[in-house]
Amino acid sequence: MITPVETPSVPVQRVPLVELRNIHVAFGGVRAVAGVTIDLHAGEVVGVVGGNGAGKTTLMRTLSGARPPDSGQVLVNGQPVMIGNPRDAKALGIETIYQTLALADNLDAPANVFLGRELTGAGSLNDAAMESATRKVIGRLNPNFKNFKTPVLRLSGGQRQAVAIARAIHFNARALIMDEPTAALGPAETSQVHSLIRQLKSEGIGIFLVSHDIHDVFDLSERISVMYHGKLVGTVNKNDVTTDEVLGMIILGKPPTKLTRQELAELHG
Amino acid sequence: MGVSVPGEATTAGQPAPPIRSFVGALRSAFAPLAGLLRPLEVDTRMLGMVAALAVIWIAFNIVSGGTFLSARNLWNLSVQSASIGIMATGMVLIIVSRNIDLSVGSMLGFLGYTMAMFQAVWIPQSLGLGLEQPYTWILTLVVGIALGSVIGGLQGFIVAFGGVPSFIVTLGGLLIWRGLIFRYAQGQTIAPLDTTFQMLGGGTVGTRVGALGEWPSWALGAVICVAIIFLMIAARRRKRSYGFPVRPMWAEILVGAVACGVVLGTVWVANSYPLPPNVAEQVAQERHIPVPPGGIPTGVAFPVVIMLIVTLVVTFLGTRRRFGRYVYAIGGNPEAAALAGINVRRTIMLTFALMGSLAAVSAAVQTARLNAAVTSLGVQNELDVISAAVIGGTSFSGGIGTVPGAILGAVVMQSLRSGMVLLLVDSPTQDIVVGIVLVAAVGLDAVVRRRVT
Repeated sequence: MITPVETPSVPVQRVPLVELRNIHVAFGGVRAVAGVTIDLHAGEVVGVVGGNGAGKTTLMRTLSGARPPDSGQVLVNGQPVMIGNPRDAKALGIETIYQTLALADNLDAPANVFLGRELTGAGSLNDAAMESATRKVIGRLNPNFKNFKTPVLRLSGGQRQAVAIARAIHFNARALIMDEPTAALGPAETSQVHSLIRQLKSEGIGIFLVSHDIHDVFDLSERISVMYHGKLVGTVNKNDVTTDEVLGMIILGKPPTKLTRQELAELHG
Repeated sequence: MGVSVPGEATTAGQPAPPIRSFVGALRSAFAPLAGLLRPLEVDTRMLGMVAALAVIWIAFNIVSGGTFLSARNLWNLSVQSASIGIMATGMVLIIVSRNIDLSVGSMLGFLGYTMAMFQAVWIPQSLGLGLEQPYTWILTLVVGIALGSVIGGLQGFIVAFGGVPSFIVTLGGLLIWRGLIFRYAQGQTIAPLDTTFQMLGGGTVGTRVGALGEWPSWALGAVICVAIIFLMIAARRRKRSYGFPVRPMWAEILVGAVACGVVLGTVWVANSYPLPPNVAEQVAQERHIPVPPGGIPTGVAFPVVIMLIVTLVVTFLGTRRRFGRYVYAIGGNPEAAALAGINVRRTIMLTFALMGSLAAVSAAVQTARLNAAVTSLGVQNELDVISAAVIGGTSFSGGIGTVPGAILGAVVMQSLRSGMVLLLVDSPTQDIVVGIVLVAAVGLDAVVRRRVT
């Protein structure tokens, strides 16, 4: 599949929008992420793939501020930054759509979209302004969305996803982390999310796309970073590799150059 | 077995068939009503509670031969509900954020004691300023509220930053604050209190009455009605300006009329309760007027005015401020709240600090009413406060509950108790009934909610 906007996959001279350098995260004795370095440019989608427990989500959580790294450096536009909590990340224009969606189920869509960044006026919350803005941003994602007053608990999976995405894109994000954005969606909703990702990319937003689905990642991203047991196997240009080679990286944890023909053949065994 | 809904399997999690069929029958009986209510946009759960309260009131009134709904009894009921209602507003926020505060009764006792000492011993003797100073009452109140928010905040700090479950921290608080009373009071009763301070309890001292009196009560009612109408118009304009649907005009007028009717009706009841004859005579003498044939109206009691103010403030905090939004978000999904950048720990700590300051306000009302601080002050109040919040629709699973609901819950609880006292039901039986009502109310609510979602 061809993306509507063809940009050179890796702008060579530009400073990356976001760079994670030599990130380490350990939970007790378990090294969840061990010395991973990846980067992301504006207007680019980087797929982050790997098996269960490879450390993809943990790595992304260091960038979104949910779990600061034990060591390593985060750079935004080449400048080292401290991301100690989710607020820091948001202040830097880094928004996250979590796999769990991270919605407060008892609140309605506007309250969730603006959670932590409420609009106020005259010393109190301006619910009407928040609802109005939410209608606009969700209307862009899903024109059929009508339930702006009901707790999101009562919404369908796709609608809940729309709320979570709306929250991430409403605040002029520069970088977006999408953790399994289509895992819980049907085919129609999945294609909606795909076209949204292409649209956001064309607007110059950099996107880390975490996914199990190798085909999604091949469809949408320019580069693919593969993780295996907390380490980075490698980052490859999509056009230089086959899906089998990436599968080999995911399953065997070896870069394409070290994969033998026999190993590749066994993947289909 | 009765009405059952197709496609709904009877699993372990489902209520037993008789309850289901009962609820089903109830729902279908009220179905036409629901259609009528939708344009009104009123909270149906709240309406259910009001209906339950009406049933209780009418039943007690019939059984007591008309005594229950007398102005005198309703006035007393309002004063008795105030102290629990004040604390229940704070308890709503605590429970909504998935915590609990078991220490409110002991905090109330401790704070009441401290305030009594402050006005009866420390200001007059230790500081040598003398009794009955004009500032005594307000200084005492300010010190009490400040101390309440400090000790409540301390418990909240341990819960939020120490990671100790609130059940444990406040269970400790329940023992500690009560123990401290006995430690430093050594069983003594502190009395009498400052006469101005006593007004906070709604009692009378000489010709001074702890209530608003006739015309100020009407004025208060009028102000509230104007405020209600103003807020409704402002909300309607705001919705219009964003192009959102608004209630039909008839519904708007009906809701406003009912709200104002309730407010003015309450004032009317409070004004229908005359001062005791001997007080009325002294008051009349002081004003150089004869005692009117119907007596001198008492008006809305100060504890009720305080409860009103507290309800307004906490409702505003809970629904119109970020703080409240965060409390509800934390209750709905603590992890999501943290990921949204909310300072969860600070918010939790503040809910406990607020609870402590409300315990101080209730302590002032209770000690003022008694004109004394006794060691048993506030014993078991935590149970009444938690019950009021829960009967008022606050959910222990977090994220759900309203402040006005809790006030209604407090009135329901107090109505049951007061009605049973009127019927000379003994205290153990009262406890049994209140216990059954508590469990039944929450059970029924759970069943109804399962059917809705």
